Amino acid sequence: MRFHGYDSDDFYDEAFDSQGRPRPVAEPLIQRLTSLEENELSRRQHAADAMMLNLGITFNVYGHEGGTEKIFPFDIIPRIVSAEDWAPIERGLKQRIRALNLFIDDLYNDQKVIRDGIVPRELIETAATLRPQCRDFHPQHNIWCHITGIDLVRNSDGAFYVLEDNLRVPSGVSYVLENREVMKRTFPQVFEGLPVASVENYPEKLLTTLQNVAPRGVQNPTTVLLTPGIYNSAYFEHSFLAQQMGIELVQGSDLVISDGYVCMKTTRGLKRVDVIYRRIDDDFLDPKAFRPDSLLGVPGLMDVYRAGRVSLANAPGNGVADDKAVYAYVPKLIRYYLGEDIILPNVPTHLCGDPKECQYVLENLAELVTKPTNESGGYGIVIGPRASRAELDAQRDRIRANPRNYVAQPMLKLSTVPTLAEDGIGARHVDLRPFILYGEEIYVLPGGLTRVALRKGSTVVNSSQGGGSKDTWVLKRPCDAVNGFSNGGEARQQQQQSL
Amino acid sequence: MLSRVADSLYWMSRYVERAENVARFIDVNEKLTDDTASEADTWAPLIYASGDWPQFVEKYRHATRENVLTFLTFDIDSENSIVSCARLARENARAVRESISTPMWEELNKFYLTMSRAAYAREPAYLTYEFFNEVKLSCHLFRGVSDATLSRGEGWHFVRLGRLVERADKTSRIVDVKTYGWTGDSAVENQLAIVHWSSLLHSVSALEMYRRLHGRIRPTNVARFLLLDGEFPRSVRYCLRGAESSLHAMTGTATGNFSNRAEQLIGRLRAQLDYTRIEDILHEGLHDFIDRLQGELNQIGGAIEESFFPVQPAAAGV
Repeated sequence: MRFHGYDSDDFYDEAFDSQGRPRPVAEPLIQRLTSLEENELSRRQHAADAMMLNLGITFNVYGHEGGTEKIFPFDIIPRIVSAEDWAPIERGLKQRIRALNLFIDDLYNDQKVIRDGIVPRELIETAATLRPQCRDFHPQHNIWCHITGIDLVRNSDGAFYVLEDNLRVPSGVSYVLENREVMKRTFPQVFEGLPVASVENYPEKLLTTLQNVAPRGVQNPTTVLLTPGIYNSAYFEHSFLAQQMGIELVQGSDLVISDGYVCMKTTRGLKRVDVIYRRIDDDFLDPKAFRPDSLLGVPGLMDVYRAGRVSLANAPGNGVADDKAVYAYVPKLIRYYLGEDIILPNVPTHLCGDPKECQYVLENLAELVTKPTNESGGYGIVIGPRASRAELDAQRDRIRANPRNYVAQPMLKLSTVPTLAEDGIGARHVDLRPFILYGEEIYVLPGGLTRVALRKGSTVVNSSQGGGSKDTWVLKRPCDAVNGFSNGGEARQQQQQSL
Repeated sequence: MLSRVADSLYWMSRYVERAENVARFIDVNEKLTDDTASEADTWAPLIYASGDWPQFVEKYRHATRENVLTFLTFDIDSENSIVSCARLARENARAVRESISTPMWEELNKFYLTMSRAAYAREPAYLTYEFFNEVKLSCHLFRGVSDATLSRGEGWHFVRLGRLVERADKTSRIVDVKTYGWTGDSAVENQLAIVHWSSLLHSVSALEMYRRLHGRIRPTNVARFLLLDGEFPRSVRYCLRGAESSLHAMTGTATGNFSNRAEQLIGRLRAQLDYTRIEDILHEGLHDFIDRLQGELNQIGGAIEESFFPVQPAAAGV
């Protein structure tokens, strides 16, 4: 396989430097790929695709009838993150989650952060994700963000930035685990001699995290995963995680409240449930407390939860901290709660709720990326430099009508990595979603989900719009050590040949 | 175990067994095609047996080989076609993926994908012995993987229960279709009849086992073997005994007693078969007997639903 014509323009490429030389972190992999026979890589790619289909590693696409399951496109060339790059990411994520968690607990209770003037009261009270039903309540061990995924991007300066926090029901971790599994089964030799951090014990860590937050006094907690059902876009992940942890996968209709406890309906009657890993949004959890028209939830669940007789992960109401306007305050929150400087920087963010900043945003709309503050999945985002005049005008009207609901950021230059395209290996843009677990301690899964925009030049990594994913390798040792190791291996091989 | 999960496991298993039996029906019919009967006389009984005749006629009008095979194999509107059984089995498995082993899921998913592709192409050329054999093999593979990877707990018993209830029903239907009009008169045991009866045995892969027990082909013995034999795994009586033991294993009730309606009904039917001679059955009339048997099997199915699955599953049939 050749890298002829590989060109990442002026973006930061993670495998090659600006002179076109392999970066130390990618060198062993580049060597291996170069030594492959023509078409070998495509063959492996096909084998991987077939395996994904047979295993049913799919996601549901809304709005299509029949054949609604699609495999999430997988690119066979892994993305590598060096030990040097990973260490500050890991520390930065732990710091961020710790601060956000303290912030949420404070908001729903003492509100010191507001009284001390760190965050404006109005900003919080206008957040669509604020849940008054959670006022004056501490979840078990005061943990609100048990399972989170924080989106990172690497800019043209080579540094990682936090793009957004996903604290509610982030998905994607099953693809991290399955990508690694498929990679090991279809292309094992690329791993040889490389100290790739393993991701396989995530289900064990997740189960431990869930059990850690069981209601007080429960010795062997019964833990379940609550799914909206098989038509949900992330159903594969729900069933996969339940299977990997060996817990029941339940739907709202499988649960009832009986004598003040949550119980599931089994063939032998009702059985008490202690911890619910819920993959249903707050709004649908309990028709008595939130949206009355929800059929997915369990009527009365919030009462049992507030009485401390069942634990929910993630805690309802935690979405207030992933509001994109709150995001802009995270550096201040870290300083306020932890007395530390932020390790992983934010992308500079303009809050349209501030009249002066809003003026700036409206005047520079064509250069900026504007986003609604409480949407996820890329909805409502307008990328100024790529938008038509009509799209910009429409966005301008929306911002004027409801400035609080919008933020703006400069257009980032997403880094590129080598990706198998139709005409050989090309540079494609990527982002990264690491996953963080917060139980007795904070654990960051090495790597995370790398999403890649498979279309040339595209920066849209969403799976619904031509995005795919890659296996993501975090190296356990610094590059010098790695390359030394691999060279040593080659030297040994030569020696053996000469014998 | 969650009631919904138990329900889906039960139906997953029934649909796999059903797909296999449709393939067996077709296979035996193919072998029995004789030059004297018209195409319609040869193929229409298969549709009668499934009880889908009105639906078939409306859509296809004539019972040609191709129409019948297309209906039974590829018609996604018919719930009992092979492709629909594969889809429904897989749909149920998908809803309980955390409760079954990965190899079980993978085999079922592959079966579904293969059948969907074939149904999409709809090539009549597909409809060959090899194709139907592949259906049977896929079902064998799924059962084999299930037996090798599923713990012998409640889930396994529901899988077994679904399989055996479905199989009892389908074996009785195959016997019914292929013996329709036969009254037990041994004077008609000519060469043609011998071919006919051995094909029937063949369709349920019973020929060798029959030969070892009974030797020569005698219609009375064939009926006895397929309905009442205590050791052949596709005989109705054997299936009922297995289904009964799984029911009792789940509830912990001793055989001879019952703790729900399903146990009571299955115990009664099994006892009938235990203490009935083939001569009694022939005296009643084979067709009438099978009719009654199927009615009771339906009641048992209904009682299982009521006793264990108050909630609707992802995809259930009748």
